[in-house]
Amino acid sequence: MNVVEAVDLRRTYKTTTGTIRRRSLEVEAVRGVSFSIAEGELFGLLGPNGAGKTTTIKMLITLLIPTSGVARVLGHDVVKDARWVRERIGYVFGGDRGLYERLSALDNLRYFAELYGVEPKRQRARIDELLELVGLKGREKERVEGYSRGMRQRLHIARGLLHDPPVVFLDEPTIGVDPVGARELRATIASLTASGKTVLLTTHYMFEADALCDRIAVIANGVIVAQGTPQELKAGVVDGSVVEVEVFGVEERSVERVRELTGVRAVTVEDREQKQLLIVQTAPGLELTHAILSQLDGVSIGRVSSREPTLEDAYVALVTAA
Amino acid sequence: MLRALRVIRIGWLLQLKTMARSGFDVLTAIVTPITYASIAFFLYRRGGGAETLLWVSLGAAFMGLWASTLWGAGNTIQRQRSQQTLEFAIAAPTPFLVSLIGTSLASSTVGLYSLVATLVWGRLLFDVPLELEHPILFALSLPAAVLSLGLLGIVMAATLILYRYAWALANMLEYPVWLAAGLLAPIALLPGWVHPISYALAPTWGAKAVRESVLGGSPLTAIGVCLGLAAVYLAIGFVFVQNFERLARERATLALS
Repeated sequence: MNVVEAVDLRRTYKTTTGTIRRRSLEVEAVRGVSFSIAEGELFGLLGPNGAGKTTTIKMLITLLIPTSGVARVLGHDVVKDARWVRERIGYVFGGDRGLYERLSALDNLRYFAELYGVEPKRQRARIDELLELVGLKGREKERVEGYSRGMRQRLHIARGLLHDPPVVFLDEPTIGVDPVGARELRATIASLTASGKTVLLTTHYMFEADALCDRIAVIANGVIVAQGTPQELKAGVVDGSVVEVEVFGVEERSVERVRELTGVRAVTVEDREQKQLLIVQTAPGLELTHAILSQLDGVSIGRVSSREPTLEDAYVALVTAA
Repeated sequence: MLRALRVIRIGWLLQLKTMARSGFDVLTAIVTPITYASIAFFLYRRGGGAETLLWVSLGAAFMGLWASTLWGAGNTIQRQRSQQTLEFAIAAPTPFLVSLIGTSLASSTVGLYSLVATLVWGRLLFDVPLELEHPILFALSLPAAVLSLGLLGIVMAATLILYRYAWALANMLEYPVWLAAGLLAPIALLPGWVHPISYALAPTWGAKAVRESVLGGSPLTAIGVCLGLAAVYLAIGFVFVQNFERLARERATLALS
């Protein structure tokens, strides 16, 4: 049974430009997204900033009304049966906002427990259980305004699980959290599907998606460009290879020349302090290292290496091609 | 119903807690009614007798009560927007109107302090007499006034769900309502076209109920009108919240601060 279904979902935003001469603009944030999530599955939605991930999630959790298309949770339409859906979903947004700052974690949880109709007799035990789960036990009486980002994020997770929802939406839950905190959060996320929940997760971190998700959809410019298991997505680029070149002060025209080489599928440049890392994905059976280096004439070059593609390479190739 | 009452109770309690934890909010709540009361006493103490001063003093108390309600209505939604809690509160299965009732009533409750502060201030500094004609009806008129003002606050707060800048308009309503509700001068002195507006406002009837229970008269009618208006405001608030919430979800304005 499909727990979450999106069928040709579209969402357009209206905005204006100018101060005196105002002009209305329509921005298509989501352009026909379709996917489904089975019961107990951890489904990942990956995409760059502005790809439409949060808009898609907000339509599914009833916060935005789709411009067209249908979204269903547990078989119920998210627009027509919004309240029914709200009772059965939990959601967690990344970032350090979305909590009542002047109140303690305990008060925040008590308030949302009432808003979500958690039985008064069960509230205390449920809150204790969740504080234990997210590692905030002993700190629950402190005001949220004094919490670190990681603590806030963990409190968000506790808030999203208060009513023990069968479906959980997590929008970049580990963003900005330190590595140790992020690892703990990932363990918590993994435990959700272990307890039978269905999870939709968005993240920028490929290793996170690779480690956690049963299936992944890559979204770019408001459309899904690929969908499958992490292994299937990797297989799409596994027949090629990746050349990495450390460069110092590479210019865009040199990168463009590399991009135009026959057999080059995608080129990205990552800044690494004073140097950059040029990552070139190439087609199978071609040895392009010399050709790539010849296009970087005049650029100081450091280490050059070749490796097998990863899920991140698959993601970059898909998003660049979109 | 019981669940709604629990949400109202905890919303009211936590809103009071939130307000009590801001030094600025506490200072404003303490100083504002005293300032209003002082202005009113200085304006009237030459021309008026003891009864006039008490009448004015009760009007000044409602100026504070109204200011608190108005500020609370505007601030609740604005703060939720800036904290980004508005989306979470709206996406909860409990209708947003119910959580608004708790927070709005909290602001009116804080406004009750203005009544006490004004009367004590008047007694201590301006020798305003403090004798209640109908103590029981006075005790009834207070919750009726708080309820009707609180629910009027909901109508205003509901508009902020959709219109982010409506708080500026709400702030502009502070002084006109003092006049229209007859808080500083009797409504009879106002032009006839203002009267229908006056009679639709909770502060008009709240002040009337309290004044008649203190100074003498029959406050039961005003108390009844307060309760009737509270029901009307609740109905308007229900329609506003339902429609504005849907429009905000259509226009994607809930996340904007």
